[in-house]
Amino acid sequence: MVALLKIDALCKSFGGVTATDDVSLTVEAGEIHAIIGPNGAGKTTLVAQLCGALKPDSGTVTFKGANITNRAAHARARLGITRSFQITSLVMSMSVLDNVALAVQAQDGHSFRFLKPARKIKHLRDEAMESLRMVGLRRRANDLTSELSHGEHRQMEIAIALASRAQLMLLDEPMAGLGPEESGNLVTFLKTLKGERTILLIEHDMDAVFALADRISVLVYGRIIATGTPDEIRSNDDVRHAYLGEE
Amino acid sequence: MGRLSAIGWVTLVFMLALAILPPIFMWTGQPFYVDLTTRLVVLAIAAVGLNILLGFGGLVSFGHAAFIGIGAYAVGIPAYHATWGGMDFIASYNGFFQLALALAASALFALVTGAIALRTKGVYFLMITMAFGQMAYYFFLSLDIYGGDDGLTIDVRSELPLISLDNPLTLYLVAYVSLVVAMFIKHTLVNSRFGMVLQGAKGNNERMVTLGFNTYKYQLVAYVISGSIAGYAGFLLGNFTTFISPDMLDWTRSGELMFMVILGGASTVLGPVLGSSIFILIEEVLKGVMGWFDGLLEPLIGRELGLEVYWHLPFGLMLIFVVLFVRGGLMGLLKRRGK
Ligand SMILES: Nc1ncnc2c1ncn2[C@@H]1O[C@H](COP(=O)(O)OP(=O)(O)OP(=O)(O)O)[C@@H](O)[C@H]1O
Ligand SMILES: [Mg+2]
Repeated sequence: MVALLKIDALCKSFGGVTATDDVSLTVEAGEIHAIIGPNGAGKTTLVAQLCGALKPDSGTVTFKGANITNRAAHARARLGITRSFQITSLVMSMSVLDNVALAVQAQDGHSFRFLKPARKIKHLRDEAMESLRMVGLRRRANDLTSELSHGEHRQMEIAIALASRAQLMLLDEPMAGLGPEESGNLVTFLKTLKGERTILLIEHDMDAVFALADRISVLVYGRIIATGTPDEIRSNDDVRHAYLGEE
Repeated sequence: MGRLSAIGWVTLVFMLALAILPPIFMWTGQPFYVDLTTRLVVLAIAAVGLNILLGFGGLVSFGHAAFIGIGAYAVGIPAYHATWGGMDFIASYNGFFQLALALAASALFALVTGAIALRTKGVYFLMITMAFGQMAYYFFLSLDIYGGDDGLTIDVRSELPLISLDNPLTLYLVAYVSLVVAMFIKHTLVNSRFGMVLQGAKGNNERMVTLGFNTYKYQLVAYVISGSIAGYAGFLLGNFTTFISPDMLDWTRSGELMFMVILGGASTVLGPVLGSSIFILIEEVLKGVMGWFDGLLEPLIGRELGLEVYWHLPFGLMLIFVVLFVRGGLMGLLKRRGK
């Protein structure tokens, strides 16, 4: 396997808080790599540095062999990195389909196109519909995003990540706030993506993590204390001490 | 064509009325009302321009009067030199030349100020656009050759082939057609891929950037288009009033323009046109009412108070009411009634 994403000695602190402390990590093409860790461990901060929303203090991020540490967020998205948000982040004033179609549009060349009505461009709409169908939101396509439930918003986040056709999906707690049945469905669905997409999965739900992940990294106080297969992580004393034991 | 919605009908009827009424005013010998509708339509064009930013981009620009002023001076300055000499490279009565100058100058001003202003957000954006507007105001104020504070009279209107803008009805029709074109441009623009990005960035900029859109660039282009449309309105306004002064660029003018957009409803095609119509009508009515009060009070106080100039006061109160209680402006009200 080849490293799709390579993180080297990444550091980031906010005032006195070191949110990312010398993090090095590789994500292989096609794997689901989970990051687990207690609240405030720095998981979201790490994702933000990978997608370009935050600048690291030091260290490098390499994607497909190119150093992208100083690339802007929109440029990284175009290279094939997408992110779902821990706290739902959608365009609430637009329809569900519009939101997802924008993700398709973003990968379809520049958008300095002023004449044709965007809602009449078939391939944008069709691809968006296909992503909505995959997450089971098809019948909600024409509803206003603000009218959907929390669970449906989480599904939209996934649909958008799919529609962007990104090679690397950074999913920040996609199960947050979902009921057991909804979580179960999402796990089943993410399994079907295995091999097609590379996923960096941040998740608190241990059942989901152990069911999905090829490899797991444990982040505590901004530091990676262990990386390994689910079995290795389960039997790692440090991890049990620092994290799993506390659950 | 599909069936028209209720809003579609209102738009159609309103625009038809605007097309028909001024000729009737003209033929029945009421030029005052032709003037009133001309001013209304010209300001509506600028409001449509501002609406692209405010209604669809969520960018509250408080400096759009600067573009109107630039457009108007692009008529006045070449005409001044054509009459009095000097600055040969710019001296001209040619309407196309003046229009090109108006568009180029307002686009350039938008590009430079927008590039800086769009680095900020929210209330800072509002303040910085206002500051740039005031900069343009003081710039024209300092140009003594063009009258400075006293302004400049345009002796000869823009010359165009076949038509003469000296005829009030012709000028009106040019303005009216321009408004329809501006509305069409706005409608096409906001529904295009470009428009979707603009609206998406208004709703959630972080999401749009994460999707891969450099929203700053899209907003800058919207700013340039919006400013150019306002500059075009200024070109017409200069020809209409034949008198230009820095007062046209004052920040209160920008505020009025903003109110027109908010009053009418920021995210519809007709909204800004409706807003500017109501604005102009209320302005006239309130001036009348305040004048009438003055007449009542005069015997009691023994002198005229000149209350007419204070029409802003009740107007301001009305606007606060609209902003607080009528979400989506008048068009929003119509939409809800239609449901
Ligand atoms: N913008 C910020 N400014 C200051 N401190 C921040 C900022 N963002 C995060 N932090 C701090 O950095 C640390 C890591 O936060 P982060 O949100 O990355 O944790 P997390 O692992 O995602 O937690 P959770 O499981 O609750 O989502 C926390 O101590 C947090 O308070
Ligand atoms: Mg987090």
